[in-house]
Amino acid sequence: MNSRLNRLLVLGTAAMGLMVSSALAETELRITWYNDGNEGEVMREILDRYEAANPDVKVTLDVVPYKAILESLPVQLAAGEGPDLARVTDLGGLSEHYMDLTPHISDAAYWETNFGPFLKWLRQPGDDSAISGFMTQLTVTGPYVNKTLFEQAGVDLPGDGATWDDWAVAVREVADKLEIPIPMAWDRSGHRVSGPAISMGAKMFDADGKPALVDDGLKAMAGKLYDWHQDGTMPKELWGSVSGSQYLGANEDFANAQVAMYMSGSWQIPQFADKIGDAFDWWAVPAPCGPAACTGMPGGAALVALKTSEHPEEVGKLMDYLSSEEVLNEFYGKTLFIPGHLGLAANGVEFQTDDPRAKHALETFAAAVPGISPTAFDLQGYVNNRVMFNALISRLGEAIVGELTLDEAYDRMTQDVEQQIAEKERGG
Amino acid sequence: MAHQPPADIDNPTLGERFNAVASWPMRILFGLLETPFRALQRLLGIGRMPYIFLLPNLAFFGIFVIVPLIINFAFSVTGGDELFLNDRPYIGGEQYSYLADCGNYLDPQSCREDRFWRGIYNTITFVFFQVAFMVLFSLITALILNREIRGRGFFRAAFFFPVLLSPVVVALIWKWILLRDGVLNAGLTSIGFERILFFVDPTWSMFWAIFVSIWAHMGFYTLILLAGLQAIPPDLYEAAEMDGTKRERVFWRITLPLLWPNLLVVIVLALIKAVQIFDEVFVLTGGGPGTATQFIVQYIYTTGFSNQVQNFGLAAAASVVLGVVLFVLTLVQLAVTRRREDG
Repeated sequence: MNSRLNRLLVLGTAAMGLMVSSALAETELRITWYNDGNEGEVMREILDRYEAANPDVKVTLDVVPYKAILESLPVQLAAGEGPDLARVTDLGGLSEHYMDLTPHISDAAYWETNFGPFLKWLRQPGDDSAISGFMTQLTVTGPYVNKTLFEQAGVDLPGDGATWDDWAVAVREVADKLEIPIPMAWDRSGHRVSGPAISMGAKMFDADGKPALVDDGLKAMAGKLYDWHQDGTMPKELWGSVSGSQYLGANEDFANAQVAMYMSGSWQIPQFADKIGDAFDWWAVPAPCGPAACTGMPGGAALVALKTSEHPEEVGKLMDYLSSEEVLNEFYGKTLFIPGHLGLAANGVEFQTDDPRAKHALETFAAAVPGISPTAFDLQGYVNNRVMFNALISRLGEAIVGELTLDEAYDRMTQDVEQQIAEKERGG
Repeated sequence: MAHQPPADIDNPTLGERFNAVASWPMRILFGLLETPFRALQRLLGIGRMPYIFLLPNLAFFGIFVIVPLIINFAFSVTGGDELFLNDRPYIGGEQYSYLADCGNYLDPQSCREDRFWRGIYNTITFVFFQVAFMVLFSLITALILNREIRGRGFFRAAFFFPVLLSPVVVALIWKWILLRDGVLNAGLTSIGFERILFFVDPTWSMFWAIFVSIWAHMGFYTLILLAGLQAIPPDLYEAAEMDGTKRERVFWRITLPLLWPNLLVVIVLALIKAVQIFDEVFVLTGGGPGTATQFIVQYIYTTGFSNQVQNFGLAAAASVVLGVVLFVLTLVQLAVTRRREDG
């Protein structure tokens, strides 16, 4: 009896020991992630291969709504409770929480060569060396049109160099002839308005580099948006129907052929390829022009390493793998994202789509990158840019529904930006 | 009293066996607790023992209500966007004076923090109409459901059902009904009317915010009033009927006075709930159009969490103001309940 008990005890202890040692050997890395299209699935496939090659590492992809990336993740990070890595779009705004991967990656020069201009977006002011992550997608804002509707209405697409006013005239004609409900729709987003405002001459910063949101250029664009909402060129349901800085998109209306022209950005390509397919010709067109430029806004999402990680070595190793040219070629190719890797951008990515509309859209947005205004790059790299975007969107929305006059809205935009930046600076 | 046969001790039933086994852990627990509790009682005296039994609840209340209240107040006298209190500079009552800085309190546009004041005025409008119509419709529904009508049980369940739904579900259901291509607009256009963009018009948005909120919560208040109606002695109605009293007079002279304590409870509860309105309306209208349905709780949420610079101090100050309002309403409710118990 005793010997059986002893045997059981020995076996139990050995089993426990095995379990404990295997648990100790396995490092779990968590990535907080959001999806625009199929990128979560593609990333999972890549991570599965990494796990197979590195059995001591388990990588968990926590897919959350985009709103959680904007609102919950910053609080988590401030509380020191964040994941090891995260896919973020507030690139500079969260930079204080990023880990400098330089000591943990194998070849910092590779990162500088291939991600150099975008690494700046992830750095804190005054820092010119930290490497914290890479762009999972480079985005450019710009419009899509429903080419089929234009053809059915017998209206020519305005050509290169067309202004926003030219487009407004054309889409109204299409909508009138075909009785479609929405001639033109813009995402309810300050980021989306900023490119056209810069085209109209908005400087966004004063001579000292401090934010100066409201100037004649911004007023010119904001005035157009206001007028288009009053004359029915744009629907009030997007900009007028919610409060504050809430994001609303017209992607579903566009996919349902309810919109002639939709101002959004390159990240919609995979979604439109999937949802619209060949139901109609959806066409990306170059950013309309203003007196100062014909620019969209650059942007994108980055996968960044976070200071909250307790496994910097493993994070560095994983980032080395994920940022490699081979893996990123596969990732960008399958997700139809514009590459944020200079080598791949130069050599061209093998996009895995037969859809001529998606290919055309990718070419159009890729061709727009060299023409992006330096002001747009500066704004994208500014750490408090969301303060400016939010002030713009919320106050313009209030003017559009008649709560404020345009002049009152401009005053409030300036006050909101000043108040929020002062509050932030007060905290040191 | 019916004669019960004595239990058969030698042949216990299955239930008795189960009880005997199940009560074992409790007996052991009571046995373990008896000695220390007797010692405590000797030490403190029997008069203080209730406090010992209240201690777990008080600790729970303290940790999850009092401590957060104190932390919230502490945040309201600090500035910056840091999360931890010790990283935040003390700024005294600056957040409160920022909120109160107005040229004319009746004109939000003249206030520095115009959205706070718009939130307050929107909340007052919402509370006024929502509570008034909620109480009215709950009363009417309770009066109808108290009568001998066919399918009474079904209707009682049907009116209570929305109370069981999550606020987000309620709001999404109504959003699908009210959107441009929603069920209601499909119905309107099919009978020749123009489509109405409900969420673009401030009056319609406020109307639907109030309507949906009443729809979702009315069942609960109807139930309270129904209980009150059923507690009214039927002989009073019989006496009134024998006297030939008119129906209206019966309502005003018997039903309403005797239901008044329940009505007061309903009014105060509905008032407190209405002041706290957030989730349903946030999902339904997003606070729009503009800020037409942005209420005070949404203002607090937006200020504290959805801006890039998370202004916890200003949000905390606004929630202290809201807390004071709710505290006053709760005192009213307590006074009403006490008067009811005394009367």
